[in-house]
Amino acid sequence: MADLSINLAGIKSPNPFWLASAPPTNSGYQVQRAFEAGWGGAVWKTLGEPILNVSSRFAAISFNGQRVAGFNNIELITDRPLEVNLKEIYETKKRFPDRALVASLMVEPKREKWHEIVKKVEAVGVDGLELNFGCPHGMAERGMGSASGQVPALVEQQTYWVKEVAQTPVIVKLTPNITDITATAEAAVKGGADAISMINTINSLMGVDLDTWNPIPHVAGKGAHGGYCGPAVKPIALNMVAECARHPRIHVPISGMGGVSSWKEAVEFMLMGATGVQVCTAVMHHGFRIIEDMLDGLNHYLDEKGIASVIDLVGKSVHKYSDWGDLDLNYKVAARIDTDKCINCNKCYIACEDASHQCIDRLKDAGGKEYLKVREADCVGCNLCSIVCPVDGAIEMVEVPSEHPPMTWNERQAAIGVLASCNIDTK
Amino acid sequence: MNISLLDLKKNFQEVTAGLTDREAIEEANRCLYCYDAPCVKACPTGIDIPAFIKKIASGNLKGSAKTIMLSNPVGASCARVCPTEELCEGACVLNHSTKPIKIGHLQRYATDWAMRNDAVLFQAGKKNGKTVAIVGAGPAGLSAARELARIGYDVTIFEAQQEAGGLNTFGIVSFRLPRHVSLWEVNQVKRLGVDIRTGVKVGKDVTAQELLEQYDAVVLAVGMSKVPMLGIEGEELDGVYDAIEFIKETKTKPLTNRFVGKKVVVIGAGNTAIDGATCSVRLGAENVKILYRRTKEEMTAYDFEYEFAKQDGVEFRWLTAPKRIIGDESGKVTHVECVRMQLGAPDQDGRRRPMPIEGSEFFIRADVVIKAIGQTRHLDLIKEFGIEHDGGVVKVIGAHYQTSNPKVFACGDVIFGKGGGEAMVVTAAQQGKETAYAIHRYLTTLNETL
Repeated sequence: MADLSINLAGIKSPNPFWLASAPPTNSGYQVQRAFEAGWGGAVWKTLGEPILNVSSRFAAISFNGQRVAGFNNIELITDRPLEVNLKEIYETKKRFPDRALVASLMVEPKREKWHEIVKKVEAVGVDGLELNFGCPHGMAERGMGSASGQVPALVEQQTYWVKEVAQTPVIVKLTPNITDITATAEAAVKGGADAISMINTINSLMGVDLDTWNPIPHVAGKGAHGGYCGPAVKPIALNMVAECARHPRIHVPISGMGGVSSWKEAVEFMLMGATGVQVCTAVMHHGFRIIEDMLDGLNHYLDEKGIASVIDLVGKSVHKYSDWGDLDLNYKVAARIDTDKCINCNKCYIACEDASHQCIDRLKDAGGKEYLKVREADCVGCNLCSIVCPVDGAIEMVEVPSEHPPMTWNERQAAIGVLASCNIDTK
Repeated sequence: MNISLLDLKKNFQEVTAGLTDREAIEEANRCLYCYDAPCVKACPTGIDIPAFIKKIASGNLKGSAKTIMLSNPVGASCARVCPTEELCEGACVLNHSTKPIKIGHLQRYATDWAMRNDAVLFQAGKKNGKTVAIVGAGPAGLSAARELARIGYDVTIFEAQQEAGGLNTFGIVSFRLPRHVSLWEVNQVKRLGVDIRTGVKVGKDVTAQELLEQYDAVVLAVGMSKVPMLGIEGEELDGVYDAIEFIKETKTKPLTNRFVGKKVVVIGAGNTAIDGATCSVRLGAENVKILYRRTKEEMTAYDFEYEFAKQDGVEFRWLTAPKRIIGDESGKVTHVECVRMQLGAPDQDGRRRPMPIEGSEFFIRADVVIKAIGQTRHLDLIKEFGIEHDGGVVKVIGAHYQTSNPKVFACGDVIFGKGGGEAMVVTAAQQGKETAYAIHRYLTTLNETL
């Protein structure tokens, strides 16, 4: 059994799985149920004002029959008075002293407002603070949430105000609704953030009802953009985590979230630089009990890899994530079809024919049986055929030895630059 | 199926192929992961089925196998022999919307993974210095041993057969349950330090008294014995077999071709009768008939076993009882004289009593007669332990599996009597677990009775 405990900017938890600030962390009852189930930490649903909401609030995307591939909400922050939340935070921490209990905060962008709430929350014994600069709806129209989070200067300023009084580590939660998340991440670091967390939800409209023409979800026939999350957003979140992790001026720990549904995504986020992960949608779909497989699966994975501690995963793939200009232009793979495994659906053929480089031939063997074969010389190694293939292992992408040594775009441009500056005639 | 008369081994390969990786992933992701799921309640061992299926979906196969085997120490065998449509799959909520999850197949997929990867799933508990003797290494005995070892007991199993596993190893046909599956489960128990002494018969090689003196507690998990005598003329003839012995031969010896082209008559219509009949078909018999003195309604074989036999071409003769087995001058079976029956009033167990119709006798040609009319009890051994029983069915106190001798516990088929539910492998496994916990309570609190 590996050591699953983490220490994120001084916030310790027995495992890297925290509940994200969201409906599952709305009350002491819920958070305590989660801790009983085994969750390592929880970020309490954002404290602040005012207490109001709409009905309905949630919607989800089903993809080819699988429910909740993506999820969105137009719910606001906590719907309970601050005093009630503080009392329950105190009780929860007392009952589960070994778990990480972080309070998510959102107030008007005013120094005294931040000071006031930070002091109140820290007084009840939280382990850290998470500043919600990410919520994309409802609060944003009033200058809070992502309205702050999209402006680096505001992120830096408010982080700074919090840090003026905070005794516990401060995590700044970032919105993905921005072109370059490293800009706001860097601003958080400049403001003194001890850690950053990402991603909050993505602006989204889930659908339009084909009969009523109402947006989904709707409130009395009207809709507004909501925050998108769940399995579908993982690639977006993972990229943002990785971009921050490899950024030279963003040197604080990252709490990763966005589509973490099992131990596997947790491993991916940690390899790409996250110190721990936060989960919400998977719990909304299945309940707190999913933690059992998350812990069990992570444990078995680490044992199998011979890794003693989960923190040894953190950032191990970051150096492999780079810019397009650093990729080897001379590296080549080609598709190879295993005709024994192929079931002749011809999906790869038509994908290559219509959408890639027309390099799969439909042939017949001596017995008249159809088979597919890749013309390797023409294959650009795009992966498309292996992506659409429904049979595991029927199409393999095989490395083709290159005649040329590795050469990246950047190296190529540098070489051309040298030639140009020497003014040599290359014709 | 296509029976090969040249390569009988082929006929005995497992009839159901395991799921492919893709099939398993698709099926696992179809599971709703119900909360307080009815499938769990329908499983006698209470396997957390949604959890083990979720673990297949997440790629945590070791965890999946562990979840299964934790609740059911013979979970790999049960994946193959449980009447799933009557248990977990029958309870699946998807019966009411699409189609039930193939829980048995998924359970086999996960346990096959553990077998292939030689996974170590459990550790023995810290030794508590107490000893338990278990008589019988079938599902109930193994299950009790596994749990006792996990708690910290020093466990010794005494098994009369040359190998452990009981009916799973010897009594269920290879094409349903290959021996290696059962022996893997045995090995899982051995790995916890349980000493399994095979080829040692209690009552002969070691006495009950010795066990009672040398161990802190004794578990009697001996199951049942041979098939009883039919009590008709000709039973001693060459060609008359005990179904259990007949099946055991196909699992322990090279397959014989002496049944090729033969006419076989099986007496009885339980699951063992079906096994005897389908084994005969696979050994190359030309014609196999099952005689049953009642009707299809009273038959104790599972529906899927019945369907399976019919697919194999086995013929069923309802309301037919053997009256006498007839042989030739060399003592070989040639015919069975039968009599037609009719059902009378219900007897004690509620089933209508079959009565012969006078003058309805007729003959069936047969080279082989296989008796499968239930099993006798290990009466001598039960008497040697001096515990109370009812016609060979050991009496236990409620759910504590404690016999009239507080030191002796009993579980599995040895306590299975009429009206006691179904004698399933999975039930024996659960009783074994509960017996282990009862012994632990008994030896730690030292209550005379629980």
